[in-house]
Amino acid sequence: MLSGFPLLSTVIWLPIAGGIAALVTARSGDDRLVRWVALVVSTLTFLVSIPLFTAFDTTTHHMQFVERAAWIPTFNIHYHLGVDGISMPLILLTTFTTVLVVIAAWEVIQYKVAQYMAAFLIMEGLMNGVFAALDGILFYVFWEAMLIPMFLIIGIWGGPRRVYAAFKFFLYTFLGSVLLLVALIYLFFQAESFAILDFHSVKIGLAAQILIFIAFLVAFAVKIPMWPVHTWLPDAHVEAPTGGSVILAAIMLKMGAYGFVRFMLPITPDASAELNGLIISLSLIAVVYIALVALVQEDMKKLIAYSSISHMGFVTLGFFTVFAIVANTGDTHGAAMGVEGALVQMISHGLISGAMFLCVGVMYDRMHSRRISDYGGVVNSMPVFASFMVLFALANTGLPGTSGFVGEFLVIMSAFKANFWYAFFAALTLILGAAYTLWMIKRVVFGKPGNEKVAQLSDLNPRETVVLGSLAFLVLLVGVWPDPLLDVMHATVDHLLQQATTSKL
Amino acid sequence: MKGVYLTVVLAPLIGSIIAGLFGRKIGKTGAHGVTIAGVALSFLMSLVAFKHIVIDGAPTFNESVYTWLISDGIRLEIGFLIDRLTALMMVVVTFVSLMVHIYTIGYMKDDPGYQRFFSYISLFTFSMLMLVMANNFLQLFFGWEAVGLVSYLLIGFWYQRESAIYANLKAFLVNRVGDFGFLLGIAAILMYFNSLDYADVFAAAPLLSDVTIQVFPGVEWSLLTVICILLFIGAMGKSAQMPLHVWLPDSMEGPTPISALIHAATMVTAGIFMVARMSPLYELSETALSVVLVIGALTAFLMGLLGIVQNDIKRMVAYSTLSQLGYMTVALGVSAYSAAIFHLMTHAFFKALMFLAAGSVIIAMHHDQDIRNMGGLKKYMPITYWTFLIGALALIGFPGTAGFFSKDAIIEAVHASDLPGSGFAYLAVLLGVFVTALYTFRAFFLVFHGKERMDEHTRTHLRESPLVVTVPLILLAIPSVLVGMVAIGPLLFGEFFADSIYVAAAHDVLARIGEDFTGALGFLFHGMLGMPVLLALAGVATAWYIYLQRPELAGLIKARFELLYRILDRKYGFDDFNEAFFAAGSRGLGRLFWRTGDETVIDGVAVNGTAKGIGWIAARIRQAQTGLLYHYAFAMIIGLLILISFYVLL
Repeated sequence: MLSGFPLLSTVIWLPIAGGIAALVTARSGDDRLVRWVALVVSTLTFLVSIPLFTAFDTTTHHMQFVERAAWIPTFNIHYHLGVDGISMPLILLTTFTTVLVVIAAWEVIQYKVAQYMAAFLIMEGLMNGVFAALDGILFYVFWEAMLIPMFLIIGIWGGPRRVYAAFKFFLYTFLGSVLLLVALIYLFFQAESFAILDFHSVKIGLAAQILIFIAFLVAFAVKIPMWPVHTWLPDAHVEAPTGGSVILAAIMLKMGAYGFVRFMLPITPDASAELNGLIISLSLIAVVYIALVALVQEDMKKLIAYSSISHMGFVTLGFFTVFAIVANTGDTHGAAMGVEGALVQMISHGLISGAMFLCVGVMYDRMHSRRISDYGGVVNSMPVFASFMVLFALANTGLPGTSGFVGEFLVIMSAFKANFWYAFFAALTLILGAAYTLWMIKRVVFGKPGNEKVAQLSDLNPRETVVLGSLAFLVLLVGVWPDPLLDVMHATVDHLLQQATTSKL
Repeated sequence: MKGVYLTVVLAPLIGSIIAGLFGRKIGKTGAHGVTIAGVALSFLMSLVAFKHIVIDGAPTFNESVYTWLISDGIRLEIGFLIDRLTALMMVVVTFVSLMVHIYTIGYMKDDPGYQRFFSYISLFTFSMLMLVMANNFLQLFFGWEAVGLVSYLLIGFWYQRESAIYANLKAFLVNRVGDFGFLLGIAAILMYFNSLDYADVFAAAPLLSDVTIQVFPGVEWSLLTVICILLFIGAMGKSAQMPLHVWLPDSMEGPTPISALIHAATMVTAGIFMVARMSPLYELSETALSVVLVIGALTAFLMGLLGIVQNDIKRMVAYSTLSQLGYMTVALGVSAYSAAIFHLMTHAFFKALMFLAAGSVIIAMHHDQDIRNMGGLKKYMPITYWTFLIGALALIGFPGTAGFFSKDAIIEAVHASDLPGSGFAYLAVLLGVFVTALYTFRAFFLVFHGKERMDEHTRTHLRESPLVVTVPLILLAIPSVLVGMVAIGPLLFGEFFADSIYVAAAHDVLARIGEDFTGALGFLFHGMLGMPVLLALAGVATAWYIYLQRPELAGLIKARFELLYRILDRKYGFDDFNEAFFAAGSRGLGRLFWRTGDETVIDGVAVNGTAKGIGWIAARIRQAQTGLLYHYAFAMIIGLLILISFYVLL
């Protein structure tokens, strides 16, 4: 029934069309209408994306729901879409998060509502495009186009230093992207095609591989972000409106990590094996150094931003332990655990960091402050909210039973196989993550009401409860029963590991 | 039987969810009704399980419930292992939990967080049961962290108190230090055994006893020693062994029922249970056993000493818990696992009893916990008095009480052991007996005897606590007296634990003692003349003399041994060190990385520096664009000259 229906094109173009429709209705000045348009479109997109999961064939690593049409035949460029066990969950995460972002903005955003909603809808389509694109140029177009709505979101609806943050965000990520384009063009000349799957099978010498690897690394490391190219993220988060932060943390950071597994591991396996020590070191620095930085933040959003970087360190660590495991034990046994852990961590971090930013947003809407010291004892006036916030905070510390545990657990298990000390430093997050998260909770949520304003806060309204409640449900579901999520990944990950360990020299 | 076991864990969980989510709708009665019904059902089903496994002699139940995930071909499952050890733990946990639930009705009567409290303690019961019923390391870790979570929530239950929310953060973080080791231990197991299932791991362990790993380059360590010590670090956190004990005294900020249930009877014994469960691993590493032994001995003696200088009644009991946990750990160290579990069980009863009795005193004193303000309470609250006395006698190991049997067995076992460190441990546990009696009866005499030191208002309001409080006290007092006599034969020298605990023949100290064992009465008469009983009586006598006969002596001794007192008062400086080194150190490092690393170097020099640099270069180059024709012509000629000479010279 579904085989003929272009699901992937729909999840890309439906929100973009919806975004344009929102811009058109902006003329009417009817914000109510715009909100409903945005909600209907994002919900529809989410519903359309569900069959991607339910009709997914978990037994194969081949691309599914494939669509292919010639686009620029001269250069062998195609409009080529498809998903596997890595990209499909990310599309669902995107469509789900966008619905929440639309609801979360409902009465909070009063300035240029239509443009705001349009930016998010268009961005949703573009992000889905990034995850679904199987053509290098198509990927690149989505990848770059996605920057524009985010740039506008930070620059228009952002905080006082929004212009500095927007430019920093744009220049940082754009700089990386340029090298990405160079690498793609080089690969085109080798493969005589822009199809990403053709890139996977082309043979490349070690020197060239290392250059391509570095080009990819610069482009993707900025997005993740990895230490030391991470400093744009705290600024962008602090200045972005709540919705912007949620999308940034939940989806955009995943793009870089997605690039690692879609491009670096399969296209440059030998360079990856050569340079895995570098990536692992940077990952562990992210886990430990950034966690310590998070500890001393005074601004809640900055703290969560740093926490994101630290958690993304697990993702890059999980991807690259495979080479260390092969070096240490002689086979890849145990590596799938690391990669799958990293992939689960991407999804889980999307849910948890999104939820944490929404929590800060809920407080910011009432108090207009993100400073930890302006709060204290929020639980007294907002008990329901406090329960949610504590739950998400505990998930952020990787408590078993929440999604935060699954990925970290698998990555640590896998890292131990590579080297005792990798696991040692990675596991420090158990202590440091708990320290910065729960210390913030202590100062913000618990205690006597910090001041008059806190004492009079109103608890969650039904709209906010729905948003946080649905995230809480997913965080617990993935934590208690992660098997269905991992099930879709096995075939793809096994294939990926095979690619990553097969020399292309 | 699977249905029975599922009921055991799910009944408290469902009670907890109902009380937690719908607490406002169902009201106070509804909340305690549903949670108590859940735990009572769980207790009954535990009894059924106990009968099935222990009395009917059914084989061990080992089945999975569902698959948590599969990765790398390794199936990680949630499942139950019910053998005799588990069955015993289930009964102890659900019984104490049920008593605490009932007691809470009285203790928390006027608390605005009434429903929340019941939700938490039922959630705790669920978590603890998941922990003891696990058949694999993953679920063990689940339960392990989940009890830590509930402990965190309950220590900070009165979230307006600054000291409570400090204590719960501290407890969580210190436990996380332990869990850090524990998780690495699990990772090591997964790497070498390719399974997290107890049965697989225990079966394969002997084959791996010769494997060594290099944690530091060039140093070969036995794999099993490394695994056992890493796992034990987890036990040190949860069971509050030095130096990870620092959170337990502060955890007394939580309501008293919690101190009884979590921080005395059950959660803190999780580490003891875990090591006993892992006996097939620990038996293969004498080094690990020695580490366990020495840590336990240090904790047993040094923490007992701190009990002497406490003035808060709950903190006094807390230090005694630390010390008793040390005794259990010592028993583990000398491979007397069943003695450790035996003491765990008797301790669960008498320590829960002491905490709840202390809580009863606290209710009467209008939540004043300072024993210097008490005195002469005996005549106001007779039931509390007698039950507390029974608990205290059991704690010091008075002949005939439950504590006597279990503690004496441990001391005998240490005496019989020849493991490195056992000589030191023997001395420590023996001296510990005197210290235990001294601090316990110091508190006892100061609270219930002597001058009435409370203010007039409090004194006129003193009365015995209501039935919901005193009935659990009486119910707990019964096993505190009897369980030792009944259980010592089968548990220590019989076949009770059968194959759920494994002891290598060379380490089997209990078998050596067992050769002389003729029954509980014989053990009692033999022990009555022994050194430990004499030391305990000496401790009581000392407390009686100092605190009742010559109250001025206490002050004199304090002045005479000023330095010793200061050391004890500062709790050997562990808290000060942790605060100054770890807490302040991490914050300092964080600030350095942030201000210097991120802001100055990366942002300041690299990012904004690049931007400024480009701006600067552009500004310089702009100077060249003068717009004057002869400038450009001059530059061209110079350029040409350079180019030409370049070619000519080459």
